[in-house]
Amino acid sequence: MAVKVARAHEATSEPTTPRAPKRARRGTGLRGWYRGGGLSTLLLALPVILVFGLFSWWPIIASIPMSIQKNDLVQPASYVGWANFRAVLSDPLLPTAIQNTVWFTLLAVVIGFPVPILLATYAAELRRGRGLVSALAYLPGVIPPVVSVLLWKQFYDPDGSGLFNTVLGWFSIPPQPFLQNAISAMPSIVVQATWAGFGSTTIIYLAALMSIRSDLYDAAELDGGGIVQRAWHVTLPQIRHIILLMLLLQIIGTLQVFTEPYLMTGGGPANATVTVLMLVYDYAFVYGNYGQATALSLLLAIALGVVSIVYYRVTRRWSSS
Amino acid sequence: MSKVAETEERTNLSQLERRRPAVRIGFAVLTTVVVAFLVLACAGPLIVLAKWATSSSQDIISDPFGWWPSGVVWSNLNTALFQIGIGQNFLNTLWVVLGSWIIGLSVAVTGGYVIAILRPWYARFLNAAILATLFIPGIISLVPLYLTILHVPVLGVNLLNSFWAVWLPAGAHAFNVLLVTRFFRSLPSEVFEAAKVDGAGPFRVLFSLVLPMSRPILGVASLLMIVASWKDFLWPLLVLPSTSVQPLAVALPQLETTTTMGVLMASLFIATIVPVLLFLVFQRQFLRNAGQAGALKA
Repeated sequence: MAVKVARAHEATSEPTTPRAPKRARRGTGLRGWYRGGGLSTLLLALPVILVFGLFSWWPIIASIPMSIQKNDLVQPASYVGWANFRAVLSDPLLPTAIQNTVWFTLLAVVIGFPVPILLATYAAELRRGRGLVSALAYLPGVIPPVVSVLLWKQFYDPDGSGLFNTVLGWFSIPPQPFLQNAISAMPSIVVQATWAGFGSTTIIYLAALMSIRSDLYDAAELDGGGIVQRAWHVTLPQIRHIILLMLLLQIIGTLQVFTEPYLMTGGGPANATVTVLMLVYDYAFVYGNYGQATALSLLLAIALGVVSIVYYRVTRRWSSS
Repeated sequence: MSKVAETEERTNLSQLERRRPAVRIGFAVLTTVVVAFLVLACAGPLIVLAKWATSSSQDIISDPFGWWPSGVVWSNLNTALFQIGIGQNFLNTLWVVLGSWIIGLSVAVTGGYVIAILRPWYARFLNAAILATLFIPGIISLVPLYLTILHVPVLGVNLLNSFWAVWLPAGAHAFNVLLVTRFFRSLPSEVFEAAKVDGAGPFRVLFSLVLPMSRPILGVASLLMIVASWKDFLWPLLVLPSTSVQPLAVALPQLETTTTMGVLMASLFIATIVPVLLFLVFQRQFLRNAGQAGALKA
């Protein structure tokens, strides 16, 4: 506190002398702006303005006119009104893709959402080896997704001598066609995706858990709360906001799933794992229909926005009550 | 060591409870189960990959758990690196990562410096515009960004099959800029004011004061960028289709149908070593930062 006061004092009294002439030297107009470092500042701001301008803001803005144009990169783009949206919405594959994507998200939440919370709750109690547990959990996350998908594809080999099927064989369970069966394909992809992603979420929860104040637990214990009661009445409320946030981020992320189904099954068997983003990819990079691809990605983005707003509204009601 | 543990702030379990036999035994059992499961589930697949990379295709397919039943096959790695072009893909990946890192770091540092320290009148608009991109789903701009690469506005060039097509968009990651900006805001501004009064220009202040004070955050941001661009798949797939520029992530899926299982596994292994080694060496930085990422998101 004392230091702060001293600094404030310094700031008000001492620098007035060097600062005053500087302001006078700056003056107004272009010359003053230049001498005040305005040009150097602008030069330093240039990379961020250029890179974000060209490769972030411009594509976002351009998506709106592009969605109402026909564009195949061969002929010049032409205005087609709502035709792209109509074509995309009447695609018989769209309902399947939406269903698959929502199914993936649901499975990912059911399978993948509780794991990091439970693991982090456990790891927070460790007095030794917390780093080791965190590192092990985080390890799959640093493996390139392409590698992990191609490796897991071998694990899922339908043959009796495939890795997972060998394990099933130890328990006398017949070989399963994990990825070749329309029912088991999606859950198999979700298990791989969960494996790759649960570590980073665990670390985030762990950081939140470690920042819970000790006296809250002390108080709960004095009031006679046992371990489970403390977890329910102290730990959970304290990390509720981060749980809700991670859940939203997971939903938003999984609704945009592409790499895992694209590499693992290519959308098969019988379109059982085609996702919305895979449709966007096909429109653009298989059929060369860039307008329709943009229209669909715009619709998906709007859907994600609606999901976020509804989620925010609903969870805010929970937090206040 | 134990003293440190005792003075540490408590979590759910209190010191007293930790001494209770039921809690101690229960916790020990839980630890055994969890650690065994983590080792099996998280390190296991990597060990299997390393083993398969040095096994014959026959062994991989017929006996996935066998410990090299017909001997170690080092030639897989050799074939992958030098005969089917994975060596070239590896170099391409290094090149992609290096450029993305340099561009990403330059944009984050200069942007953060302008927004947090120099603070011209337009700084707050710049900050808001960068923040806004965090809330707009990335997929909205996937196709438009691709068309932007085919014909970059202002510059009017086609960047398809050029490494710039990956490098430049790598700079437009709001998260990195925010990370650096946040750190720069925490630096003592009096020092920069004093340097300015002494006649140091913005570039001088950046290079002689701000950057040396920011080594930890620059290291963390670098690790993040390097691993992220090493892992990237969809974007390089779109903009680096030509075989001579393909990074590993783009080349690997094609190997499934063109080479033997042993060589495929050796190639996957080659693509994994660098990020895994980086992680093992800089574990602490990775984990601390992953925790902070949550705070930044919240």
